[in-house]
This record gives sequence, C-alpha cells and structure tokens, in this order.
Amino acid sequence: MNKNQLKYDTSEDYPNFKGHKSLLSKHLTDAMYKKLRDVTTSSGYTIDKAIQNGVDNSDFHLGLLAGDEETYTVFSDLFDPVIEEYHNGFKKTDNHKTDLDPSKLTGPDELDPKYVISSRIRTGRNVKGYCLSPFVCRSERRRIEKTVVEALNSLGGEFKGKYYSLLTLNEKDQQQLIDDHFLFDRPVSRHFTSGGMARDFPDGRGIWHNDVKNFLVWINEEDHTRIISMEMGGNMKRVFTRFCTGLTEVEKHIKSKGTGFMWNEHLGFILTCPSNLGTGVRCSVHVKVPFLAKDSRFESICTAMRLQKRGTSGEFTESVGGVYDISNLDRLGSSEVQQVQCVIDGVQTIINMEKALEKGESIDSLIPSSS
Amino acid sequence: MSPIFSRLSWTARKRMLAALTVGGGFVGAAALKNAAYAKSENNRKCYPASADFPDVKNHNNLMARYMTPRIYAELKDRKTPSGFTIDDCIQTGVDNPGHPFIETVGMVAGDEESYEVFKELFDPIIFTRHNGYGPEDIHPTDLDSSKIRGGIFDSKYVLSSRVRTGRSIRGLDLPPSCTRGERREVERVVKAALDGLKGDLRGTYYPLNNMTEGEQEQLINDHFLFDKPVSPLLTCAGMARDWPDARGIWHNDQKNFLVWVNEEDHTRVISMEKGGNMKRVFKRFCDGLKEVEKQIKSNGWEFMWSEHLGYILTCPSNLGTGLRAGVHVKLTKLHKDPRFEDILASLRLQKRGTGGVDSSTEGDTFDISNLDRLGQSEVQLVQRVIDGVELLVNMEKRLERGRSINDLIPRH
Repeated sequence: MNKNQLKYDTSEDYPNFKGHKSLLSKHLTDAMYKKLRDVTTSSGYTIDKAIQNGVDNSDFHLGLLAGDEETYTVFSDLFDPVIEEYHNGFKKTDNHKTDLDPSKLTGPDELDPKYVISSRIRTGRNVKGYCLSPFVCRSERRRIEKTVVEALNSLGGEFKGKYYSLLTLNEKDQQQLIDDHFLFDRPVSRHFTSGGMARDFPDGRGIWHNDVKNFLVWINEEDHTRIISMEMGGNMKRVFTRFCTGLTEVEKHIKSKGTGFMWNEHLGFILTCPSNLGTGVRCSVHVKVPFLAKDSRFESICTAMRLQKRGTSGEFTESVGGVYDISNLDRLGSSEVQQVQCVIDGVQTIINMEKALEKGESIDSLIPSSS
Repeated sequence: MSPIFSRLSWTARKRMLAALTVGGGFVGAAALKNAAYAKSENNRKCYPASADFPDVKNHNNLMARYMTPRIYAELKDRKTPSGFTIDDCIQTGVDNPGHPFIETVGMVAGDEESYEVFKELFDPIIFTRHNGYGPEDIHPTDLDSSKIRGGIFDSKYVLSSRVRTGRSIRGLDLPPSCTRGERREVERVVKAALDGLKGDLRGTYYPLNNMTEGEQEQLINDHFLFDKPVSPLLTCAGMARDWPDARGIWHNDQKNFLVWVNEEDHTRVISMEKGGNMKRVFKRFCDGLKEVEKQIKSNGWEFMWSEHLGYILTCPSNLGTGLRAGVHVKLTKLHKDPRFEDILASLRLQKRGTGGVDSSTEGDTFDISNLDRLGQSEVQLVQRVIDGVELLVNMEKRLERGRSINDLIPRH
C-alpha cells in the first residue's frame, strides 16, 4: 500500500461518485471511509482495493470485491449494508443455512426432457488461508492450483478426470475444451480487470473435468474454484447429487491436508463477489417454452417464483428459439436444497404453463399469487 | 514534503509518525486483533521468492529478457519508501507477453525511487533501450532554444510541427502507484502553476470530470481531448484507476501549448502548430516549460530530475528528455524508395502513421520524429530532427525533379 496516503486527510482520498449507480456509492459515506481508509486486513488488503472495481465503473451494481476472508469482517461497516440491500434484507445478525443433502429434494427426479434441454448447477469454493483473486499472489495461486488439482485427481468412479493447465494447454486440447463449452473466457471484462482479477493470466489457471464430462471445475478464475455439475435433459436430482458428492469428496481431501473451504455461520461460503455469498449456487435449466415466451407476464411470473430468466448464452444475452436459461435468484439466506427445490418447482410450473398454452388453455390459474 | 507536513494538525502528524515507526510497517486495527498473525503489512504465507517467480519464458519484453530468479529474489525483499514493490513494477510486463516484432519495456516506475531501489533490473533495460546508456552515465539537459539552427521547413511538405515531453512532480507517486489524494494534489499543483502563465501562454484548465458538453465538443474538434487509456500495457500497470478523477487538459488561448494532467504521466507538455516552423514550436516549448517550472518552484515544488536519468517519467522509455519532436511530412516519392527505412534509421529518426504511436502508415504523409530520448539533450535531439527532416525534404524535391539522391544518402 502507498504509505504517502497517510499524509492526506481521508476527505482528500474519498472517491468522486458523481454519476455512479452502485450500492458502493450509496453506502460508502465520508465518515465510513474516514474510519476504514487506514485499516488493513492481515494480508494487507485495503478499502481502496476493495472498492476499486466500483470506483472505476460508474455503471456497476455492486462495486465491491473481497481480497481475502477477513475483508468481510474488517470492512463490515461497508459490506454489511451492501449485503443487506443486495440479498433482500439479510441482516448482519442473520445466519445462513448450508444444506447439501440431495435426499431432501421433493417432486419428480426428472423434469420433462421434452421441455428441459439441459440442467446445471454451479457454485464457488475458496480455499482457506489464501487471498482471493483480486489480491492473491502468484505463489498462492499456484499453491491453490496444486492443492485443488491433487484433490480432484484423487477422485474415483464417475469423478475420474483430468486437469488442463491454461499455461501449458496445447492447440488440440484447447479446441476440445472450446467445443465442449468448458473453456472459460480470458479475463478481459472490466469486472475482472478493474478488480485486479486478471493479473498474471494464465498463470495458475486451469480446467479440470471428469472423463464423462458432467463435472467440471474452473481453477483460479473469479474464485479459487468454480464447480459445475451438468447434463443434458431434466434430471436435476442427479445433477444435484453429483454436485454434492463431488464437493464433499473434494472438501474431505482438502481437509486432510490441513485446510478447508472458506465458510462461516453468518455468510455461508465466502466468495470474491458479495453477490455469490451464502450458497454461491446458480442452479439453472435451459427450457424451451416458445408459447410462454410470448406471454408478457413471463418475466414477472419468474420473479414471483424467485427465478431469473436469461438468454441461453448466459448473463445479459437474448433468448434464441424460445429457449431460456432459468435459474434461482437467491444465494444468501436460503440453503442449497431450498434453492435447487425452488428451481425444480418453478420450472415444473413453467412447463405446466407451456403445456396449457400449447392446448390453447389459459394459464391464469397457474400464475403464482404474488406476481 | 515540509509544506504538507506543517499543514497537518498535531493529531494527524502524531498518527502519521506512529504509523511510520511501528515495526517499520503499517499496523491496522485488524492486525492487532489477530495475534496469531505476524505484525507485518503483507502477511502472506511466507513462500520463497522462487514460488512467486513469474512465468515469462515466452514473453517478448525487456523485463522478461533481463529478469532472472536471482535478480527477482534480491529485489523481492525491497520496497520504495512509499511501498512500491518489484511485483508492482513488473505486473504490466507479466500480463502483456508482447510480440516478437515489437519489444516493449514491460516495467514501470511507481515513484522516483523505483529507479534506484530496483536498479538491478532497470539498469540493463535502460542500457538496451537507450543505445548503451550506462549506470554511471550523465544525461545533459539543455532547453536553450536559441542554439537551434534552421528549423523553418517548407510548409508544402511539412504540414505540422510538434514537440512533447513529460514532467513529474517530485514527492508525489507516479500514475501506477498514486492515491486519489496524491493525484488530486498533482492536479492542484500543476493547475496553480499554469494559472500563473501570462501573455501568449495564458490559458484555461478543463478538468475531465467537470466539463460541459460544449467544452468537450470543442476539445474533440481541436484534437486535444484524451481518452481513458485502453492499451493493456497501461491498464495492467494501474494507470487508469479512478478515471476520470483529477485528469484534465489545459491549453493556452492560442491553442498551441497544451498540457495533459494525469494521463500516462503527471503531465505531458505539448507545443505544436500547423506548418513547418519547428524553431518557433521548440522555443515556445522551452519558454513554457521554464515558466511552469518557475511557478511550481515558487510554491515549494519541483520536477523529478536527476543528473543520471534526466527527467523521471513513468516508463523507462521516456527517461532523459522525455522528448518526442516530430513533424507530419508529405514524402510522396521518397517513401517508395527502398532505401527509405535505412535513411531514417541512420538519421536516428522514426516513422509512425499520422494517428500517432501504433497507427499504421497510409498514404504518403508520415509522422517523423526522434528515436532517442536519453543521453542527448533536448537541443541536440531537436537539431537532429530539424537536420534530418530538412534532408528528407531535399531528397523529396530531388526525386520530384527526377534526379538522383545518391549523394544525399547519409553514410553510416
């Protein structure tokens, strides 16, 4: 950190938020900045580093990133109100529940594959004791890579797989990963670059996936790991079971090495971006609903069921052929089981609506009451 | 900086001294809470330097060329007084592998002291980039424009003339490292100095974050407005942080003397005009710089400068004079001559497209400027450009008349 900063009163360093729309600009007051500017976490992360992402991008919604586990406590004056507003009133005194027991899911194991093209669950996990992507250094990133890859390579059965380091990736493997839609993007977006998450790319980055290609782990992208379980069709229960088993196995292995995942009772799993706290889970389906797509109530129906609809190329894209990506809105304050159940139930309702519309029937009686 | 220190309240000064003396590092409230952690500023798990050594074996930049595990290990333990580290210096070179045909520098300074503290790496880079300039060499500074001979070109060929340099304010960190407070201080210091200019140097400052639509329109039309840096060479070095805070453009009423504030350096100073009167452009350049320096000195500030490196700027490529003197010149026949590149090289001149650095050359108008920055003075470099361009124009005139230029070709 720049020691010259101490020569200046905090008011001289306070950012200019003119035209900014973020929760950062809303909640960071002069008084709060005055209190926090000269404080650091034990690894040296500062409030300035945490907010750089939002200061540089006036259009961002959140604008904050954690650089280590302690960020959330050392800078709680700022993170707490932002978390509360972003996560629907989750208070600083609330506790999050973690539940990775797939046997608790109710309803059909499989959603109608005539409508549900594919099912996917992703989350993130960070390894305790290392800094997060905005602040991690090369030695830590490499150690994280080594630790996680070792854990993954120890898995057997359906999880037997292989690691592809981005630093040594050959053309043939690269093309295969692209064709399988496994390769994550080069970190060129403003979110990554302003936040310091693109440093040293592609050092320490890689992709691991199992041989049957339904369990995939990104290493050192926005979080230490992003874990993805997916398959074609609508068997979300199987996807979730694989997800939970894989996570449990990896965690067991990492614990045997003397560490674990970053987690606490209040915030659940600790991830780099506050939007992913809690479960970090985005449970999604690609569902083909051309009739419902034409109904102007579709968006509000989704929201009422705590679901988000996106185009099929991910966040901020448009739908193609009436196919939508439907996923859970919530991350913090409800458990993994609850969020996956929410998607299963919601998509079931969406399918019922589509079937009704196909037959020319009204869907009024199916619309959730709060929409 | 004594003017700042004395303006602090007693409690602020006490706090500052306390923070600077405890363990030589910076102890925040959080660290005190966690007794299990060592009380150091950067308390990562202690890996040996080799664990952090960057993978630059396929990189094409000067930093990668000279970085070795031994040098890295030696430099990793050091920090400049403001806290800039070797990792901070080299981040841009690590993130930008470069291209086999264009060897970039790959390293920046965060403050004046960086060049000393990390000299084991900066020195060989400077040596290679600046034609064998050694660590003990002395750089001549000479801004006496009266020494210039010639320099008034035929405006049928020379469409415009321009001289630019940079200046950094001593005591304030450079763009890769500066805080918002420091950057705003640079703006205050420079604006106050520019406000003191009189006569045909009198002008106005336009801060980037407080510009009217009309002002913005005008600055764009004048080709004065600079934009947020998008080149990853700059953004990876942290130079675009907090944009557009404390960035701005100052120019005189006559629009031939322009200063950019807090773009790639604290200041970039530009003198220019249409046509071929490079002599007048350089005179205004020197007069303007001297006036600005006088003004900042009267307020207790000075430029970063040393006998060895001349004017200290963010990128090692701009050390010494930081000077690029150039013209836009129409060389319809000459540029087609297969000897054109060699002629330029032997004159120590560089050609660029008329869109500036990294633009391609199209048509027959070229931006021709000096290659060198360090080891020769401003007067020497501008004289070289003047003599060189004069020769190029003569060659063009010969070729127009269908005559040979063989006797004009400079011998190596």
